[in-house]
Formats: sequence, C-alpha cells, structure tokens
Amino acid sequence: MSKNTPLPAAPEIWPEAQPYWDAAGEGRLMVMRCLSCEQHYVHPRPFCPHCGSDRTEWREAVGTGTIYTFTITARAPVFHAPAMVQLDEGPIMMTAIVDCDPEALSIGQPVTVTFHPTDGGPPLPVFKPA
Amino acid sequence: MYPTDAHIVGIFEHPVRKAEGISLAQLHADVARGAVEDAGLSLSDIDGYFCAADAPGIGAMTMAQYLGLDLRYTDSTETGGSSYIGHVHHAALAIAAGKCDVALVTCADNQVASRKFIGLGGVDWRGAPEQPFEDGYYFGPAALYGMVAQRHMHEFGTTSEQLAWVKVAASHHAQHNPNAMLRDVVTVEDVVSSPLVAAPLRRLDCCVMSDGGGAIVLSRPEIAKSLKRPLVRLRGAGEAVKHNSGGRVDLTYSAGRESGRAAFAEAGVTPADIQYASLYDSFTITVIMQIEDLGFCEKGQGGRFVADGNLISGVGKLPFNTDGGGLCNNHPGNRGGMTKVLEAVRQLRGEAHPAVQVPDCSLSVAHGTGGSLAGYHGSATAILERV
Repeated sequence: MSKNTPLPAAPEIWPEAQPYWDAAGEGRLMVMRCLSCEQHYVHPRPFCPHCGSDRTEWREAVGTGTIYTFTITARAPVFHAPAMVQLDEGPIMMTAIVDCDPEALSIGQPVTVTFHPTDGGPPLPVFKPA
Repeated sequence: MYPTDAHIVGIFEHPVRKAEGISLAQLHADVARGAVEDAGLSLSDIDGYFCAADAPGIGAMTMAQYLGLDLRYTDSTETGGSSYIGHVHHAALAIAAGKCDVALVTCADNQVASRKFIGLGGVDWRGAPEQPFEDGYYFGPAALYGMVAQRHMHEFGTTSEQLAWVKVAASHHAQHNPNAMLRDVVTVEDVVSSPLVAAPLRRLDCCVMSDGGGAIVLSRPEIAKSLKRPLVRLRGAGEAVKHNSGGRVDLTYSAGRESGRAAFAEAGVTPADIQYASLYDSFTITVIMQIEDLGFCEKGQGGRFVADGNLISGVGKLPFNTDGGGLCNNHPGNRGGMTKVLEAVRQLRGEAHPAVQVPDCSLSVAHGTGGSLAGYHGSATAILERV
C-alpha cells in the first residue's frame, strides 16, 4: 500500500458498540458471546442473534483466524484486498487483508489481526498473513 | 382464489437510459401511464399502488398526488432490486383479498443524469447498525460480489470462463434490443480479458448503470378478461431474506433457495417446466447462484450449466434475460427486479423480439435478489403463466 493512502473515515460509534471501539483503540479485537447458547457473534448488540438471550458478554478475541473469502480491487481508495475472515472463535467478519501480496492470498490462509488508523476515530481491525 | 387470481395486464419499460431533463417523479409518472395505456385502462382505474424507496418523497402518497390516484391500498416494501417482484406478489394477495381491483407497481431512477450516485436508488443507510463495521473497508457492490464469486470458485471449481458465458448470452440477446446500452455481441475471451474490477470479477462481469424504469399493472381476472391483452397470471410467488446470521456466514447460497422453493411449491410446477427465466444479473455470479438456488441444477453446478451458450435463446436449455438484462440493457436505480418481470411478461405474450422469442412460451419465472449476496439480501420469485 502506498504511503499516500488516505485514511478511512472514522466509524460511527453506536452506544452499544462503544466497548468494541474502546478496545480497538488499545489494539484489542472484541467479540460478543452469549452466555445462554455459548455462541460468539458479530456485530455487537446487547442480545444474542442466535437464541435471543440478553445474557451476553464481551470477550477479547485471540486475534487469529482464516480467510473465508476475499477480493482484489486495485481501484479501492485504501484497502486493496477486502475480505471476510473467520475468527478462531467462529464468526465470520468483514474486514481487509493488509501487508500482503494480494496475488498470493488464498482462501483458508491463516491471518492475524492488526489495526489500521482512521481519520480521527478508533482504528479498524484488519488482518495480515500469519 | 390466490394464486390464480391476479393477472398482469399492463407493462411498460422506459426507453431512456440517461434521463436528462426528466424529474424522478415524471419518470415514475411516465412508466405508470405507459403501463396503464398498455393494459387499456386509465389512471382512474388504479386503486392499489406499490413502490419502493426509489419513488420520490414519501413514496405512495407522493406519487398518488402527482398522478391523481384514488387509492385504497398501498405497499412500500423495500427489498432493494427485488422489491418489484415482491410487489407483484403483494399486489396479487391484496387483489385476492379484495383490498384493491387494479394495482400499479412503479420503479424509476435518474441518478446517472443527476450525477447524484447513491447506489440503491432512494435508500438512506443512516442508522444501519452494520455500517460502522463495513464502511471503512470500502466494500462496493463489485467487491461484495467478487467475494461471493471467489468462494464459489473455491467450493465448486467454477471458472472465469463459465462466469463469462452469462455475459456472452446476455449480449447475444441485447443485440436485438434497440434500447439496450450494450448491443455488441461479446465472446468469452472478451469477458475474461476485460479489466479486473474486483477479482475474480472483471468489467464485463458487471451490469451497466442506467436511468429509466418500468411499471406493471395487475388486476382481478374478470377485469383482465375484459381487456384486449394476452392473459398472464401469477401462478406462484415466494420471498425470503438472508443475512449474516451473527457471523455464521455461508456465501454458497442465497435467499433464492427459500423464495424459489416457496414459489415453485405454490405454483405446483418444477424448474424443468420453466421455458424462460428472467434472473437478476447484477453480476455474472448472481445468475449462476440463482440458477442453482432455484433448482435448475445442483448446487455448485451452475457454472457448468451456463457454459456453452446454454442461456442463449434458441440455442441453450434455459433462455434467460432476452432483453439483454442488467448486464447489457439497463439497471435503473441499481434495481433490476422490475425489468425481470417485464421481459417475462413479454415472453408469455409472445411480444419479445422475434429473434429471442421462446416459441409458445407459457411458463416463466422472474427472480430477483436485492441488497448484497455477501451481506443481507431479499429474494423474490414469481412464476408467471400464460392462460
């Protein structure tokens, strides 16, 4: 990626997602987990989309996963390898792969979370080849 | 009673592709008047109106005033580009329930001419809770569908050449449509050598962007039989929504699996009975996914199914999008569901271009997917029959 790449716009922070962005600012990726059905889920919300329970908690993700799918798009302003990554906790999230040779990416490839600055907001979780 | 009650009695497609000098309201009015005239009715006959977010202002009320409609039933269901196929379904239900006698559905957009590119015509994404977790990565539509295609290739061995055959077939049809934006016949080689947009999708895997629109008029069967147009009725319909399921993502299928199952069950027919298919073609992968999800072939075999000209009318086993579709003809408001219904009706009436008309076409499907296959989307399937 070129050094002149513009920064992504700061994400809008909904009150329910504040802990996610606070942690991102500290370089940690958070994921929510349901205490009733014991499943993790994205995106953050104070109830479980799998079983409807409101007994949920924030967990720090281990930060590793695998590429579920990706694309290569030279014309995108910042990230040239948008992707979906399956976290080791289970959920698949939209993100981007950075610090990589896009031509060498493959589905199933192990990746590790890192954070990309935004324009005046908390950083975005992105992934790099493990 | 439903589903054999409602007939499609009028259709109209706006010929414009870049709507300079026409307001959004006037585009909706143009297509409404065109479809009403096609039916042999007048605007005063309309008592039900169906529109999505591409309609100006607050939708049905705004257009009721502009058109001078006297309405007793309205529906502004919004499922992106598939909305209008859902509207056909809902109009049939309303007609069967006696809530209206003659229903109008409109779709129109002018964002190309106005240069106010907002993606899905009329949709405001403010407040969508997933946006902060997706916007920053700049997933445009091509990137989202590129990821779907990449996964399909990984799971099933689908190739770029197979994707290309979808565009090749669309271009063979578009050459006969004087209103189509892209009328040149292209080859598989042309498609796979066009510039990459979002790998593995290339420029010719992507639909056009256009203005324009279309409209549909439906009525009770007694009214339809009093008119002078060929009789086309809705035999079955289904709708479904699919989303990311809290992160349990499976991009190998779409909501079309459920909307198609419901529509075919209601119609009492199978994919093998279908003589013509209008299939949403935002990208070539969209068509392959839907062919599988509707049951025209096994999951994963869509690439093989479409290859070798199998979607070309008069050549292959499943003639599709004989107007050129979104890939070559038009895609007003980035909403292709309306035109899918229009061409299916033309085929059933025997009014498609003679070069692409399916002989004695009596059963067709119009299927749409609105939103994103990689995110949330709404599928709607309508099975239409010539009576």
